[in-house]
Amino acid sequence: MSADPQMLAFDPDCQLFSGCGFPAPGLHTFLYEPIFTVSGFDFTKPMLLAFISSFLVIAFFWAAFNKPKLVPGKVQMIGEAGYDFVRRGIVYEIIGKKDGEKYVPLMVSLFFFIWLMNLWSIIPLAQFPVTSLIAFPAGLALIVYVLWVGLTFKTHGFVGGWKNITGYDKSLGPILPLVVVLEFFSNLLIRPFTHAVRLFANMFAGHLLIVMFSLATYYLMSGIGFAYAGTSFVLVMVMIVFELFIQAVQAYVFVLLASSYIQGALAKHH
Amino acid sequence: MTQFNLAAAGAEQPPLIPHADELIIGLIAFAIVFFFLAKKLLPNINKVLEQRREAIEGGIEKADAAKTEAESVLEQYKAQLAEARHEAARLRQEATEQGAAIIQEMRAEGQRQREDIIAAGHAQIEADRKAAAGALRQDVGKLATDLAGKLVGESLEDHARQSRTIDRFLDELEDGAVKAEATR
Repeated sequence: MSADPQMLAFDPDCQLFSGCGFPAPGLHTFLYEPIFTVSGFDFTKPMLLAFISSFLVIAFFWAAFNKPKLVPGKVQMIGEAGYDFVRRGIVYEIIGKKDGEKYVPLMVSLFFFIWLMNLWSIIPLAQFPVTSLIAFPAGLALIVYVLWVGLTFKTHGFVGGWKNITGYDKSLGPILPLVVVLEFFSNLLIRPFTHAVRLFANMFAGHLLIVMFSLATYYLMSGIGFAYAGTSFVLVMVMIVFELFIQAVQAYVFVLLASSYIQGALAKHH
Repeated sequence: MTQFNLAAAGAEQPPLIPHADELIIGLIAFAIVFFFLAKKLLPNINKVLEQRREAIEGGIEKADAAKTEAESVLEQYKAQLAEARHEAARLRQEATEQGAAIIQEMRAEGQRQREDIIAAGHAQIEADRKAAAGALRQDVGKLATDLAGKLVGESLEDHARQSRTIDRFLDELEDGAVKAEATR
Protein backbone atom coordinates (compact mmCIF):
# COMPACT_ATOMS: atom_id res chain seq x y z
CA MET A 1 0.00 0.00 0.00
CA SER A 2 3.08 2.17 -0.25
CA ALA A 3 1.64 4.18 -3.04
CA ASP A 4 2.27 7.31 -1.08
CA PRO A 5 6.01 7.52 -0.43
CA GLN A 6 5.41 10.16 2.17
CA MET A 7 3.67 7.72 4.42
CA LEU A 8 5.43 5.32 6.68
CA ALA A 9 3.24 2.30 6.49
CA PHE A 10 2.95 -0.97 8.15
CA ASP A 11 -0.01 -2.49 6.43
CA PRO A 12 -1.05 -5.85 7.86
CA ASP A 13 -2.56 -6.72 4.48
CA CYS A 14 0.64 -6.13 2.60
CA GLN A 15 2.01 -9.61 1.99
CA LEU A 16 3.41 -11.71 -0.82
CA PHE A 17 0.82 -12.44 -3.51
CA SER A 18 -1.41 -9.67 -2.24
CA GLY A 19 -0.28 -7.47 -5.09
CA CYS A 20 1.85 -5.40 -2.77
CA GLY A 21 5.58 -4.77 -3.23
CA PHE A 22 8.01 -5.44 -0.38
CA PRO A 23 7.81 -2.51 2.02
CA ALA A 24 11.57 -2.15 2.30
CA PRO A 25 12.76 -0.23 5.33
CA GLY A 26 14.57 3.02 4.71
CA LEU A 27 15.24 6.37 6.29
CA HIS A 28 11.58 6.59 7.20
CA THR A 29 12.16 3.65 9.55
CA PHE A 30 14.04 6.05 11.78
CA LEU A 31 11.31 8.63 11.98
CA TYR A 32 8.68 8.64 14.65
CA GLU A 33 5.52 10.51 15.06
CA PRO A 34 5.81 12.80 18.07
CA ILE A 35 4.26 11.46 21.23
CA PHE A 36 3.39 15.03 22.08
CA THR A 37 4.42 18.46 20.95
CA VAL A 38 5.08 21.38 23.25
CA SER A 39 5.26 24.71 21.44
CA GLY A 40 6.91 23.27 18.36
CA PHE A 41 9.12 20.85 20.26
CA ASP A 42 8.36 17.32 19.16
CA PHE A 43 8.84 14.72 21.85
CA THR A 44 9.39 11.38 20.12
CA LYS A 45 9.83 7.77 21.11
CA PRO A 46 13.69 7.87 20.83
CA MET A 47 13.74 10.82 23.21
CA LEU A 48 11.58 8.90 25.62
CA LEU A 49 13.92 5.94 25.31
CA ALA A 50 16.90 8.23 25.96
CA PHE A 51 15.33 9.41 29.20
CA ILE A 52 14.41 5.88 30.18
CA SER A 53 18.05 4.98 29.53
CA SER A 54 19.14 7.74 31.90
CA PHE A 55 16.66 6.56 34.45
CA LEU A 56 17.72 2.92 34.20
CA VAL A 57 21.44 3.67 34.39
CA ILE A 58 20.90 5.82 37.46
CA ALA A 59 18.45 3.33 38.97
CA PHE A 60 20.89 0.48 38.56
CA PHE A 61 23.84 2.36 40.00
CA TRP A 62 21.63 3.75 42.72
CA ALA A 63 20.65 0.23 43.73
CA ALA A 64 24.28 -0.83 43.53
CA PHE A 65 26.14 2.13 45.02
CA ASN A 66 23.74 4.24 47.05
CA LYS A 67 24.50 2.43 50.26
CA PRO A 68 27.59 0.47 49.34
CA LYS A 69 28.88 -2.09 51.80
CA LEU A 70 32.37 -3.32 52.48
CA VAL A 71 31.16 -6.81 51.71
CA PRO A 72 29.10 -6.25 48.58
CA GLY A 73 25.69 -7.69 47.88
CA LYS A 74 24.72 -9.10 44.51
CA VAL A 75 23.70 -5.84 42.84
CA GLN A 76 26.70 -4.01 44.23
CA MET A 77 28.97 -6.79 43.03
CA ILE A 78 27.60 -6.50 39.48
CA GLY A 79 27.85 -2.71 39.67
CA GLU A 80 31.43 -2.93 40.85
CA ALA A 81 32.28 -5.32 38.06
CA GLY A 82 30.85 -2.89 35.48
CA TYR A 83 32.50 0.07 37.15
CA ASP A 84 35.85 -1.71 37.30
CA PHE A 85 35.54 -2.80 33.69
CA VAL A 86 35.47 0.82 32.55
CA ARG A 87 37.77 2.16 35.24
CA ARG A 88 40.55 -0.40 35.10
CA GLY A 89 39.86 -1.94 31.71
CA ILE A 90 39.67 1.30 29.78
CA VAL A 91 40.61 4.44 31.68
CA TYR A 92 43.55 3.14 33.75
CA GLU A 93 44.81 1.17 30.78
CA ILE A 94 44.80 4.10 28.38
CA ILE A 95 45.11 7.32 30.36
CA GLY A 96 46.82 5.86 33.41
CA LYS A 97 45.73 5.69 37.00
CA LYS A 98 47.05 9.07 38.10
CA ASP A 99 45.79 11.23 35.24
CA GLY A 100 42.79 9.08 34.42
CA GLU A 101 41.01 9.06 37.77
CA LYS A 102 39.39 12.43 37.02
CA TYR A 103 37.76 11.12 33.85
CA VAL A 104 36.45 7.87 35.26
CA PRO A 105 32.94 9.22 36.03
CA LEU A 106 32.59 10.60 32.51
CA MET A 107 33.70 7.36 30.90
CA VAL A 108 31.54 5.21 33.15
CA SER A 109 28.52 7.41 32.39
CA LEU A 110 29.28 7.36 28.68
CA PHE A 111 29.71 3.61 28.51
CA PHE A 112 26.56 2.59 30.34
CA PHE A 113 24.41 5.33 28.83
CA ILE A 114 25.46 4.43 25.28
CA TRP A 115 25.19 0.73 25.91
CA LEU A 116 21.66 1.04 27.20
CA MET A 117 20.64 3.31 24.32
CA ASN A 118 22.03 0.69 21.94
CA LEU A 119 20.36 -2.10 23.83
CA TRP A 120 16.87 -0.78 23.08
CA SER A 121 17.37 -2.18 19.61
CA ILE A 122 16.50 -5.69 20.69
CA ILE A 123 14.17 -5.01 23.59
CA PRO A 124 10.55 -5.80 22.72
CA LEU A 125 8.26 -2.78 22.38
CA ALA A 126 11.23 -0.39 22.34
CA GLN A 127 12.97 -2.05 19.41
CA PHE A 128 14.90 1.01 18.40
CA PRO A 129 18.54 1.88 19.10
CA VAL A 130 18.47 5.52 20.13
CA THR A 131 22.05 5.93 18.93
CA SER A 132 20.93 5.20 15.36
CA LEU A 133 19.84 8.83 15.30
CA ILE A 134 22.99 10.83 14.65
CA ALA A 135 22.01 13.57 17.08
CA PHE A 136 22.56 11.34 20.13
CA PRO A 137 26.07 10.09 19.27
CA ALA A 138 26.91 13.56 17.97
CA GLY A 139 26.01 15.17 21.28
CA LEU A 140 28.17 12.73 23.21
CA ALA A 141 31.04 13.04 20.72
CA LEU A 142 30.73 16.80 21.08
CA ILE A 143 31.23 16.57 24.85
CA VAL A 144 34.38 14.50 24.34
CA TYR A 145 35.57 16.82 21.57
CA VAL A 146 35.17 19.96 23.68
CA LEU A 147 36.90 18.27 26.59
CA TRP A 148 39.72 17.06 24.36
CA VAL A 149 40.39 20.44 22.71
CA GLY A 150 40.10 22.23 26.05
CA LEU A 151 42.53 19.84 27.71
CA THR A 152 44.99 20.08 24.84
CA PHE A 153 45.31 23.84 25.15
CA LYS A 154 45.19 23.75 28.92
CA THR A 155 48.02 21.20 29.11
CA HIS A 156 50.28 22.52 26.36
CA GLY A 157 49.41 26.19 26.16
CA PHE A 158 48.33 27.90 22.95
CA VAL A 159 51.35 27.15 20.74
CA GLY A 160 51.99 23.77 22.31
CA GLY A 161 48.33 22.92 21.89
CA TRP A 162 48.45 23.61 18.18
CA LYS A 163 51.66 21.61 17.91
CA ASN A 164 49.94 18.75 19.73
CA ILE A 165 46.91 18.87 17.45
CA THR A 166 48.89 19.18 14.23
CA GLY A 167 51.53 16.63 15.17
CA TYR A 168 54.25 19.24 14.73
CA ASP A 169 57.67 17.58 14.78
CA LYS A 170 60.75 19.28 13.31
CA SER A 171 62.47 15.97 12.61
CA LEU A 172 59.92 15.31 9.85
CA GLY A 173 61.78 17.75 7.61
CA PRO A 174 60.29 18.58 4.23
CA ILE A 175 57.07 16.60 4.73
CA LEU A 176 56.28 18.57 7.87
CA PRO A 177 53.77 20.95 6.17
CA LEU A 178 51.92 18.01 4.68
CA VAL A 179 51.77 16.22 8.02
CA VAL A 180 50.61 19.37 9.78
CA VAL A 181 47.77 19.91 7.31
CA LEU A 182 46.71 16.27 7.39
CA GLU A 183 46.86 16.04 11.15
CA PHE A 184 44.95 19.28 11.49
CA PHE A 185 42.08 17.96 9.40
CA SER A 186 42.30 14.46 10.79
CA ASN A 187 42.30 15.48 14.42
CA LEU A 188 40.32 18.66 14.60
CA LEU A 189 37.66 18.11 11.93
CA ILE A 190 37.35 14.45 11.03
CA ARG A 191 37.92 12.95 14.44
CA PRO A 192 34.69 14.13 16.13
CA PHE A 193 32.77 13.22 12.99
CA THR A 194 34.11 9.66 12.84
CA HIS A 195 33.74 9.31 16.58
CA ALA A 196 30.01 9.97 16.33
CA VAL A 197 29.41 8.30 12.98
CA ARG A 198 31.13 5.05 13.97
CA LEU A 199 28.53 4.52 16.66
CA PHE A 200 25.65 5.89 14.65
CA ALA A 201 26.33 3.86 11.50
CA ASN A 202 26.74 0.59 13.35
CA MET A 203 23.47 1.00 15.15
CA PHE A 204 21.74 2.36 12.06
CA ALA A 205 22.79 -0.58 9.90
CA GLY A 206 22.02 -3.10 12.58
CA HIS A 207 18.55 -1.75 13.10
CA LEU A 208 17.92 -1.62 9.39
CA LEU A 209 18.86 -5.29 9.03
CA ILE A 210 16.67 -6.40 11.91
CA VAL A 211 13.75 -4.41 10.57
CA MET A 212 14.28 -5.71 7.06
CA PHE A 213 14.33 -9.34 8.08
CA SER A 214 11.40 -8.84 10.43
CA LEU A 215 9.35 -7.20 7.69
CA ALA A 216 10.40 -9.86 5.24
CA THR A 217 9.36 -12.58 7.65
CA TYR A 218 5.90 -11.13 7.83
CA TYR A 219 5.76 -10.27 4.15
CA LEU A 220 6.63 -13.82 3.14
CA MET A 221 4.07 -15.48 5.39
CA SER A 222 1.69 -16.22 2.56
CA GLY A 223 1.26 -19.36 0.50
CA ILE A 224 4.57 -20.90 -0.52
CA GLY A 225 6.26 -17.92 1.03
CA PHE A 226 6.03 -19.57 4.46
CA ALA A 227 8.99 -21.74 3.46
CA TYR A 228 11.17 -18.64 3.04
CA ALA A 229 9.70 -16.81 5.99
CA GLY A 230 11.38 -19.35 8.26
CA THR A 231 14.80 -18.50 6.84
CA SER A 232 14.12 -14.83 7.29
CA PHE A 233 13.03 -15.39 10.87
CA VAL A 234 16.22 -17.31 11.67
CA LEU A 235 18.15 -14.34 10.32
CA VAL A 236 16.19 -12.04 12.62
CA MET A 237 17.31 -14.16 15.57
CA VAL A 238 20.90 -14.25 14.33
CA MET A 239 20.89 -10.47 13.86
CA ILE A 240 19.50 -9.96 17.36
CA VAL A 241 22.33 -12.00 18.89
CA PHE A 242 24.85 -10.25 16.67
CA GLU A 243 23.47 -6.85 17.61
CA LEU A 244 23.67 -7.72 21.29
CA PHE A 245 27.39 -8.14 20.72
CA ILE A 246 27.79 -5.07 18.49
CA GLN A 247 25.93 -2.84 20.96
CA ALA A 248 28.41 -3.59 23.72
CA VAL A 249 31.38 -3.38 21.37
CA GLN A 250 30.33 0.02 20.03
CA ALA A 251 29.79 1.43 23.50
CA TYR A 252 33.22 0.08 24.42
CA VAL A 253 34.85 1.52 21.30
CA PHE A 254 33.27 4.93 21.84
CA VAL A 255 34.63 5.13 25.38
CA LEU A 256 37.96 3.65 24.33
CA LEU A 257 38.40 6.35 21.70
CA ALA A 258 37.28 9.08 24.08
CA SER A 259 39.91 7.90 26.57
CA SER A 260 42.57 7.77 23.93
CA TYR A 261 41.77 11.32 22.77
CA ILE A 262 42.07 12.58 26.33
CA GLN A 263 45.27 10.64 26.80
CA GLY A 264 46.64 12.34 23.68
CA ALA A 265 45.71 15.73 25.07
CA LEU A 266 47.41 15.01 28.39
CA ALA A 267 50.50 13.34 26.93
CA LYS A 268 53.70 15.34 27.29
CA HIS A 269 55.02 14.27 23.92
CA HIS A 270 52.78 13.82 20.99
CA MET B 1 4.11 1.49 13.98
CA THR B 2 1.64 4.13 13.23
CA GLN B 3 1.12 6.04 10.08
CA PHE B 4 2.04 9.65 9.92
CA ASN B 5 3.10 12.22 7.46
CA LEU B 6 6.85 12.13 6.87
CA ALA B 7 6.99 15.61 5.48
CA ALA B 8 5.69 16.95 8.75
CA ALA B 9 8.34 15.00 10.67
CA GLY B 10 11.13 16.35 8.47
CA ALA B 11 11.83 13.43 6.19
CA GLU B 12 13.92 15.69 4.01
CA GLN B 13 16.55 15.87 6.70
CA PRO B 14 19.65 13.87 5.68
CA PRO B 15 20.50 11.10 8.15
CA LEU B 16 23.90 12.59 9.07
CA ILE B 17 22.59 15.99 10.09
CA PRO B 18 21.72 15.99 13.78
CA HIS B 19 18.24 17.04 14.66
CA ALA B 20 18.49 19.93 17.10
CA ASP B 21 15.71 18.69 19.38
CA GLU B 22 17.23 15.25 19.63
CA LEU B 23 20.67 16.72 20.25
CA ILE B 24 19.38 18.74 23.17
CA ILE B 25 17.43 15.83 24.61
CA GLY B 26 20.46 13.55 24.24
CA LEU B 27 22.69 16.03 26.05
CA ILE B 28 20.15 16.49 28.83
CA ALA B 29 19.67 12.74 29.23
CA PHE B 30 23.41 12.24 29.42
CA ALA B 31 23.87 15.18 31.78
CA ILE B 32 21.41 13.58 34.20
CA VAL B 33 23.34 10.32 34.14
CA PHE B 34 26.65 12.08 34.54
CA PHE B 35 25.39 14.26 37.38
CA PHE B 36 24.13 11.36 39.48
CA LEU B 37 27.11 9.13 38.80
CA ALA B 38 29.83 11.74 39.17
CA LYS B 39 28.37 13.61 42.14
CA LYS B 40 26.95 10.85 44.24
CA LEU B 41 27.11 7.24 43.21
CA LEU B 42 30.69 6.83 42.05
CA PRO B 43 32.17 8.81 44.98
CA ASN B 44 30.08 6.51 47.19
CA ILE B 45 31.54 3.37 45.77
CA ASN B 46 35.04 4.85 45.61
CA LYS B 47 34.89 5.49 49.34
CA VAL B 48 33.88 1.91 49.99
CA LEU B 49 36.47 0.51 47.60
CA GLU B 50 39.09 2.57 49.38
CA GLN B 51 37.86 1.33 52.75
CA ARG B 52 37.93 -2.22 51.48
CA ARG B 53 41.44 -1.79 50.16
CA GLU B 54 42.49 -0.34 53.51
CA ALA B 55 40.75 -3.14 55.36
CA ILE B 56 42.58 -5.73 53.32
CA GLU B 57 45.92 -3.98 53.38
CA GLY B 58 45.39 -2.94 57.00
CA GLY B 59 44.82 -6.60 57.89
CA ILE B 60 47.99 -7.54 56.12
CA GLU B 61 49.87 -4.71 57.80
CA LYS B 62 48.54 -5.75 61.20
CA ALA B 63 49.55 -9.34 60.61
CA ASP B 64 52.98 -8.14 59.54
CA ALA B 65 53.30 -5.99 62.63
CA ALA B 66 52.24 -8.88 64.87
CA LYS B 67 54.73 -11.16 63.18
CA THR B 68 57.53 -8.63 63.56
CA GLU B 69 56.67 -8.16 67.21
CA ALA B 70 56.54 -11.89 67.84
CA GLU B 71 59.89 -12.26 66.18
CA SER B 72 61.44 -9.48 68.23
CA VAL B 73 60.01 -10.96 71.44
CA LEU B 74 61.36 -14.37 70.50
CA GLU B 75 64.71 -12.80 69.81
CA GLN B 76 64.60 -11.08 73.17
CA TYR B 77 63.72 -14.31 74.94
CA LYS B 78 66.49 -16.12 73.20
CA ALA B 79 68.93 -13.40 74.20
CA GLN B 80 67.73 -13.53 77.79
CA LEU B 81 67.96 -17.30 77.84
CA ALA B 82 71.47 -17.21 76.46
CA GLU B 83 72.42 -14.61 79.03
CA ALA B 84 70.92 -16.68 81.83
CA ARG B 85 72.79 -19.74 80.64
CA HIS B 86 75.97 -17.76 80.48
CA GLU B 87 75.38 -16.38 83.94
CA ALA B 88 74.70 -19.87 85.32
CA ALA B 89 77.84 -21.18 83.74
CA ARG B 90 79.78 -18.28 85.18
CA LEU B 91 78.35 -18.88 88.65
CA ARG B 92 79.11 -22.57 88.43
CA GLN B 93 82.64 -21.82 87.38
CA GLU B 94 83.02 -19.34 90.19
CA ALA B 95 81.63 -21.81 92.72
CA THR B 96 83.99 -24.49 91.49
CA GLU B 97 86.90 -22.12 91.76
CA GLN B 98 85.85 -20.93 95.19
CA GLY B 99 85.35 -24.52 96.35
CA ALA B 100 88.77 -25.47 95.10
CA ALA B 101 90.28 -22.45 96.80
CA ILE B 102 88.55 -23.30 100.06
CA ILE B 103 89.70 -26.89 99.88
CA GLN B 104 93.20 -25.71 99.15
CA GLU B 105 93.08 -23.33 102.07
CA MET B 106 91.66 -25.93 104.40
CA ARG B 107 94.28 -28.37 103.32
CA ALA B 108 97.01 -25.82 103.91
CA GLU B 109 95.54 -24.96 107.29
CA GLY B 110 95.33 -28.62 108.25
CA GLN B 111 98.87 -29.17 107.15
CA ARG B 112 100.01 -26.23 109.16
CA GLN B 113 98.11 -27.35 112.25
CA ARG B 114 99.48 -30.85 111.89
CA GLU B 115 102.98 -29.50 111.65
CA ASP B 116 102.38 -27.30 114.69
CA ILE B 117 101.04 -30.25 116.63
CA ILE B 118 103.96 -32.40 115.56
CA ALA B 119 106.44 -29.66 116.42
CA ALA B 120 104.80 -29.15 119.83
CA GLY B 121 104.87 -32.89 120.43
CA HIS B 122 108.52 -33.07 119.52
CA ALA B 123 109.36 -30.15 121.80
CA GLN B 124 107.39 -31.78 124.61
CA ILE B 125 109.11 -35.09 124.08
CA GLU B 126 112.48 -33.41 124.02
CA ALA B 127 111.76 -31.51 127.21
CA ASP B 128 110.44 -34.67 128.90
CA ARG B 129 113.41 -36.61 127.69
CA LYS B 130 115.80 -33.97 129.02
CA ALA B 131 114.01 -33.83 132.33
CA ALA B 132 113.98 -37.59 132.53
CA ALA B 133 117.61 -37.76 131.54
CA GLY B 134 118.55 -35.19 134.22
CA ALA B 135 116.58 -37.00 136.89
CA LEU B 136 117.91 -40.32 135.79
CA ARG B 137 121.44 -39.04 135.79
CA GLN B 138 121.14 -37.88 139.36
CA ASP B 139 119.41 -41.05 140.48
CA VAL B 140 121.83 -43.27 138.62
CA GLY B 141 124.79 -41.31 140.02
CA LYS B 142 123.43 -41.59 143.50
CA LEU B 143 122.64 -45.25 143.11
CA ALA B 144 126.00 -45.96 141.59
CA THR B 145 127.82 -44.10 144.33
CA ASP B 146 125.81 -45.81 146.97
CA LEU B 147 126.45 -49.09 145.28
CA ALA B 148 130.12 -48.34 144.89
CA GLY B 149 130.34 -47.14 148.51
CA LYS B 150 128.73 -50.23 149.69
CA LEU B 151 131.00 -52.33 147.50
CA VAL B 152 134.15 -50.43 148.44
CA GLY B 153 133.00 -49.98 151.96
CA GLU B 154 133.92 -46.48 152.26
CA SER B 155 132.41 -43.29 151.35
CA LEU B 156 134.12 -41.51 148.54
CA GLU B 157 135.69 -38.36 149.82
CA ASP B 158 135.68 -36.17 146.94
CA HIS B 159 132.12 -35.70 145.95
CA ALA B 160 133.07 -33.49 143.07
CA ARG B 161 135.46 -36.04 141.66
CA GLN B 162 132.81 -38.62 142.17
CA SER B 163 130.36 -36.55 140.22
CA ARG B 164 132.82 -36.01 137.35
CA THR B 165 133.54 -39.71 137.18
CA ILE B 166 129.91 -40.58 137.10
CA ASP B 167 129.15 -37.94 134.55
CA ARG B 168 131.98 -39.14 132.35
CA PHE B 169 130.72 -42.65 132.68
CA LEU B 170 127.22 -41.66 131.87
CA ASP B 171 128.34 -39.57 128.92
CA GLU B 172 130.29 -42.46 127.58
CA LEU B 173 127.31 -44.63 128.15
CA GLU B 174 125.09 -42.18 126.38
CA ASP B 175 127.50 -41.80 123.54
CA GLY B 176 127.60 -45.49 123.16
CA ALA B 177 123.86 -45.64 123.13
CA VAL B 178 123.66 -42.86 120.60
CA LYS B 179 126.31 -44.47 118.42
CA ALA B 180 124.60 -47.77 118.72
CA GLU B 181 121.36 -46.15 117.69
CA ALA B 182 123.05 -44.40 114.76
CA THR B 183 124.74 -47.55 113.53
CA ARG B 184 121.67 -49.56 113.88
